[in-house]
Amino acid sequence: MSSENSTLVKLNNAGFKQNDKWLVEGVSLTVEKGKIVTLIGPNGSGKSTTAKIALGIYKNIEGSVEKYTNKVGYVPQKISIDWTLPLRVYDFMLLTENIKDEAIDEALTLTGVIHLKNKNLGNLSGGEFQRVLIARAISKKPELLVLDEPVQGVDYTGEIALYELIKRISDTLNCGILLISHDLHTVMTATDHVVCLNGHVCCSGSPMDVAKNNEYKTLFGEQASQILSVYEHKHDHVHSDKGEIKKN
Amino acid sequence: MFDDFFIRALIAGLGIALVTGPLGCFVVWRRLSYFGDTLAHSALLGVTLAYSFELNIALSVFIISSLIALILIQLQKKTNLPGDALLGLLAHSSLAVGLVVIGFLTFIRFDIMGLLFGDILAVTTDDLIIIWTGGALILLVLKLIWKPLFASTVNYELAEAEGLNPDRAKAIFTILMAAVIAISIKMVGLLLITGMLIIPAAMARNISDSPQKMVIFSIIGGLLSVVLGLYSSLEFNTSSGPSIIAASLILFILSLFKIKQSIKLKN
Repeated sequence: MSSENSTLVKLNNAGFKQNDKWLVEGVSLTVEKGKIVTLIGPNGSGKSTTAKIALGIYKNIEGSVEKYTNKVGYVPQKISIDWTLPLRVYDFMLLTENIKDEAIDEALTLTGVIHLKNKNLGNLSGGEFQRVLIARAISKKPELLVLDEPVQGVDYTGEIALYELIKRISDTLNCGILLISHDLHTVMTATDHVVCLNGHVCCSGSPMDVAKNNEYKTLFGEQASQILSVYEHKHDHVHSDKGEIKKN
Repeated sequence: MFDDFFIRALIAGLGIALVTGPLGCFVVWRRLSYFGDTLAHSALLGVTLAYSFELNIALSVFIISSLIALILIQLQKKTNLPGDALLGLLAHSSLAVGLVVIGFLTFIRFDIMGLLFGDILAVTTDDLIIIWTGGALILLVLKLIWKPLFASTVNYELAEAEGLNPDRAKAIFTILMAAVIAISIKMVGLLLITGMLIIPAAMARNISDSPQKMVIFSIIGGLLSVVLGLYSSLEFNTSSGPSIIAASLILFILSLFKIKQSIKLKN
């Protein structure tokens, strides 16, 4: 399979400037079918901006974006919904596409909020609303999923379950995922490719490559670097108590 | 039993209510009531234009209102003034210019009250054709842009990200607003059209838990207001516009009791 066919979205040296200030610049990345690309970086490093460039929300950008799919599911980081609208979870699920009832039920069940189907959106808690957002994005069976801090406000056990769900969706739907997360622990187990941002791409590659990178270490500290490498290692060897590597 | 003009007014009013119902919901959802006011005030200029050049009133109102909407969008891009200041500027200056122009048109007798507050005597058979074909067209277009318009009303970025082209839907909706003002100006009057858009929709909000229900109740509320308003207008010899709006206000007040009930139920 040629890489051209499996590419869903490709950023070429893309950047976005607002009020003469670069929010992010020089970002190149590719999201392919069945692959998870994770953006990490400190606050204000341009993660959400990069996602919005990839989605085509920002129009006047530097560089270019090539998008090869229109079936997109998006979980934004911040969403302000105006409560002058009477809107139930069910109505929200149908927001951008007419989806069959079974698909709606299935998605709401997967994210654990099927009991809220006829509740008013304004009455949900932050975590519940986040689960509905994820359900809405996956229910339309997208080819490209863009998840911007998708588990914010979700309880700890739910967080792990949702990350597992996201991984499973990427496998079963064979969709590409662009994930933004600050949670290095949970994310790294599933990620194929990590892009570390700090206003520009400071490093990118497999989680292991990024962990070894010096710029990454200065950005996140030595501790974070160990988190990544631990996850990379854990399946093929164990460490002895002296730190030597024992093969499985 | 009824004079002919009354039947005409009734048919015209019902046609208008069918259109203002769903459009009014979007006006409430998108917080566009002052925008509606501005377009309606500029309609006076359209009316004077129609009299001066012997054009169809609905057509010239539609053209002038669309033009004002375009100017507004340009001003929003080019100046740093807040939206409400720009709306006020356009609303009152276009109303003022319209009234000044009327002053110059001494050769025509104007029924200013009729223009401002609506006149059921003024509705002709031609107007009925304009209202019902224009109205049907407006509803058809609204149905076509419903998905992107509604999605971007809920959240612009979601709609944009998932490929619904919300900017186009917004532009088309602006034109629909100008069109609904054009077809209802004779009946409701330019000072009260926004009331016809907002009050039934606000009433519907009080008693609905889904967007579809709100649209349906808003239409029903509008239809009831027209019937009640026109009958009382005939009975008490009042202007048609204020009578219809007053009737819709009564419905709105009644809907408040429903809210009280549901709050009680929750507690």
